[in-house]
Amino acid sequence: MSATTSDPRLAPTRQAPKQRMQLSWTDPRFRNLVWQALVLAIIVAVIWYLVGNTRHNLEARHIATGFGFLESTSGIPIGEQMIPYTSGASTYLRALTEGVLNTLKVAIVGVILSTILGTIIGVGRLSPNWLLAKITAVYVEVIRDIPVLLQLLFWYVLLQGLPAPKASIRLGSAVFLSNRGIKVPLLVWEDAHTWALVAFAVAIVLTFLWRRRVHRQRDLTGTAPKVWPVALALLIGLPVIVWAIFGAPLTIDMPQLHGFNFSGGGTITPEYGALTLGLVIYTSAFIAEIVRSGIQAVAQGQWEASQALGLHRGQTLNLVVLPQALRVIIPPMTSEYLSLAKNSSLAVAIGYQDIVSIASTILNQTGQAIEGIAIIMLVYLTISLSISLFMNWYNAHIALVGR
Amino acid sequence: MSQTNEAPEAAIVLDRVNKWYGAMHVLRDVSITIGKGERVVVCGPSGSGKSTTIRCINRLEEHQQGRIVVDGTELTNDTRALDTIRREVGMVFQSFNLFPHLTILENCTLAPIQVRKMPKAEAEELAMSYLRRVKIPEQAKKYPLQLSGGQQQRVAIARALCMKPKIMLFDEPTSALDPEMIKEVLDTMVGLAETGMTMVCVTHEMGFARQVANRVVFMDRGEVVESGTPHEMFENPQTERLQTFLSQILRGH
Amino acid sequence: MSGQTATIIGTASAAREQPPASLVGPWAWARRNLFGSWWSSAVTILLGYLIVRWAWGFIDWAVINAVWSVPVASNPLDTAAPCRQMAGVGACWAVIGDKWRFILFGRYPYDQQWRPALCILLFIALYGVSANRAFWRKELLYIWVATLAVIAFLMWGGVLGMDYVAQDQWGGLPITLILATFGLAFAFPLAVVVALGRRSTQLPAVKFLCVGYVELIRGVPLISLLFMASVMFPLFMPEGLNPDKLLRAQIAIILFAAAYLAEVVRGGLQSLPKGQYEAADALGLSYWQKTLKIILPQALRMVIPPLVNNFISFFKDTSLVLIIGIFDLLTAGKVAMADPTWTGFSTEIYLVLAAIYFVFCYAMSHYSRSLERKFSRARNR
Ligand SMILES: Nc1ncnc2c1ncn2[C@@H]1O[C@H](COP(=O)(O)OP(=O)(O)OP(=O)(O)O)[C@@H](O)[C@H]1O
Ligand SMILES: [Mg+2]
Repeated sequence: MSATTSDPRLAPTRQAPKQRMQLSWTDPRFRNLVWQALVLAIIVAVIWYLVGNTRHNLEARHIATGFGFLESTSGIPIGEQMIPYTSGASTYLRALTEGVLNTLKVAIVGVILSTILGTIIGVGRLSPNWLLAKITAVYVEVIRDIPVLLQLLFWYVLLQGLPAPKASIRLGSAVFLSNRGIKVPLLVWEDAHTWALVAFAVAIVLTFLWRRRVHRQRDLTGTAPKVWPVALALLIGLPVIVWAIFGAPLTIDMPQLHGFNFSGGGTITPEYGALTLGLVIYTSAFIAEIVRSGIQAVAQGQWEASQALGLHRGQTLNLVVLPQALRVIIPPMTSEYLSLAKNSSLAVAIGYQDIVSIASTILNQTGQAIEGIAIIMLVYLTISLSISLFMNWYNAHIALVGR
Repeated sequence: MSQTNEAPEAAIVLDRVNKWYGAMHVLRDVSITIGKGERVVVCGPSGSGKSTTIRCINRLEEHQQGRIVVDGTELTNDTRALDTIRREVGMVFQSFNLFPHLTILENCTLAPIQVRKMPKAEAEELAMSYLRRVKIPEQAKKYPLQLSGGQQQRVAIARALCMKPKIMLFDEPTSALDPEMIKEVLDTMVGLAETGMTMVCVTHEMGFARQVANRVVFMDRGEVVESGTPHEMFENPQTERLQTFLSQILRGH
Repeated sequence: MSGQTATIIGTASAAREQPPASLVGPWAWARRNLFGSWWSSAVTILLGYLIVRWAWGFIDWAVINAVWSVPVASNPLDTAAPCRQMAGVGACWAVIGDKWRFILFGRYPYDQQWRPALCILLFIALYGVSANRAFWRKELLYIWVATLAVIAFLMWGGVLGMDYVAQDQWGGLPITLILATFGLAFAFPLAVVVALGRRSTQLPAVKFLCVGYVELIRGVPLISLLFMASVMFPLFMPEGLNPDKLLRAQIAIILFAAAYLAEVVRGGLQSLPKGQYEAADALGLSYWQKTLKIILPQALRMVIPPLVNNFISFFKDTSLVLIIGIFDLLTAGKVAMADPTWTGFSTEIYLVLAAIYFVFCYAMSHYSRSLERKFSRARNR
């Protein structure tokens, strides 16, 4: 309609005038301003009142305020250490850092394992095999309808009920299950391993670059080499070569039973084990439902249409079904990850020393409840925000790919 | 608010009305004066600003420059003016917008009871009389989604009439309907026109325009391009834009 | 899949002809659904083996070798002796027989326990009535208020000849139901206000407050709010005023639930077509008339299925009050386990607790699913 002449509405010569507000109750903008001022005033007044009470109470109970306590020495024994820490010598700040690291250790491992388990179960629910579909359905239903705290306590009791080290259950030659936890062989970490890890990261970047090149070449010429052989060679070859250059060190620290206890090897404590196991089992049931509905959301017609176009099953899955399914899956998956991270705070119920557990111990020792709870909330807000940001970024990336 | 003496017989005055959506200037100096009892049809290509214009009349959209006076009350940021206007102006939408959780009767009595503070029995009596006028009194106890599109639109007209408005606005009331239902709605509107109601109607139904309109206003790209009696407009279009538009409309039908 | 299609087409074209025997009957079904491919057969055999073994082991433990009751012993510590003989081999259900009243009602006076029992029934009746679509009217509100008031009377007593029972003696399942149900009842109106506030473009300060509240609460774990209620809340109060622990936890749960429900309600508000707002405006309804008569009745009906799902979560989440020492169902179970007479039989108690939670949650999620199906059918019509 307006193809020949340019549309005068899109390049206006005049701009909208600013509207002045009247100081009258019949002007809705003035009215809204008054309402908002009123609401804010009430809230400020309430906060003022509470702060006044709190001040008074803190004085009456001789409780210090401020974060000065972070620098003083803590007397909290911590069993599960990621960084060096000695009770009676290290500061409260260090104890809290230890707690944050322990929280992250549960959350990250939990997210990865529950995604894997949840995906397997979700796909299992769609299996043509009746037995598999039914069992996975029952799993999901039962696990979802029992409080996660109850499950955690149950697993903890089970792990604690394992036999003493002397009578421990052996899995294979080097894994021991006992009431002291799970003993596993541990690789003695050397520089070579760090470098191999770096090489692996480099290999990931190179794989991406290679993939980009292949895709560009295919766009230009129509034919291109396959991506995966080179990717595989890079991802496995590069770290192995780097490792070999550094002399291929490989010492494994085996757990050994000496009398009543173990020496050597790595330990998964019953607390950490129960917490991770419980969270993974609980969350995987929710993830399974998300995965199932995501796959089902991609209509059968899409499979048929792309197969009619001559795409293989793998290509169909990669290019048609997954991009669509992921777009349905990612938002609810994000909230599952968030709730897993938040549920890790239940550690306090079974004595795993995460941030909540350590902060609440400090809170009891110093009496500084407000600071302690503020720290807990700040840590979780940061974790929640990071997960949200990462998942939003990933979602945007997926949306672009599946365009 | 302010009573204007300039045209006491005018029901609606739009005086150099301008509106922007962000940077887009969607109404450009639109001036239309509509007398009491007049029936005006607004037409024009899609996106030309017809809906925006009539939605400004009952302030579903705010204009940013110029003056709009409805029934002697100027539309400003004043809530009292707004309340008056909304009470005096009824509106019928393209997509009916009946309230699906209320029965037909409740749809019609809601505003008289809530806004006009009418007793319930009286409001129901009034609603039934209007439902009889749009020829669906037997559906009063049903819910909107149980009715056909044409019936729903007639209910929407009855609902607006229950407020006893002085002015009725119609925004493409028949374009969401199947052809066989268009006639029943148009017949209702013709009947309404015969009662002397002031009507502003956005529609592409040229037959209806010829039959009831005193005046046709043609809009394009946010401005009023031409206006006149249906006869002048359809038989003797002055501007090229109207000629093109009419030829497209005729081809389409 | 293709076999089924063939059958349908076959019967449709020649209605009286029987489909070939290889396509019907249990064998055909098993072939299709259990042994469709070598991979499927392997899965069936492996799972079948595991299920039979595990189920047999469980029945062996839970039924065949189980100890159902024990004779009264002179020394209370010997009561569990028959169970201890079977430890690890058979379940000890005798512990449940001995402890079930404690698990269900906590330390509520023994001879008055018909009152919490009646409360449990009232709660269940309340859920049942709310689930019935015929009751989705204004009257439901009155039913809720009345029922909750009656429950409060029954629990506290002190009137109509009932003994007064202080709140710190309550415990068990009623506490769980109270925390969840009262939590929902108070969180819901708050959630509606917050959701409306979050959508008000005219009041940016109010909107900002609502967004801040919702995002803050949803970003932190419930346990941090419960800690806040148990250790920080007393600091906020003027001297001498110290609401009891249950009330403080209840407030934390209300604030927690309201943030989540507000998001649910907001979803409902957003899903309403713009035309509904415009039609209400055009009729001259005021903001509150529009909101109360047009918007909320439609939006709230739409969010009932996600609301039920949220309620299930809150129901499970109330178990967290264990950590701050409130005597709910889970705490009652834990205390029962700690009884020296019965140490070592926590598995049995955990299973019973899990079963109680499961029955409530499963009933609700089953209901919510059937509702979702009904709703989506109504939408697709
Ligand atoms: N809420 C809005 N935000 C931004 N632009 C808008 C909005 N509403 C309408 N517009 C633009 O304003 C212009 C006029 O729209 P309007 O709805 O008045 O057209 P119309 O003449 O009624 O068209 P139609 O015949 O399709 O209903 C259009 O170009 C439209 O894109
Ligand atoms: Mg329009």
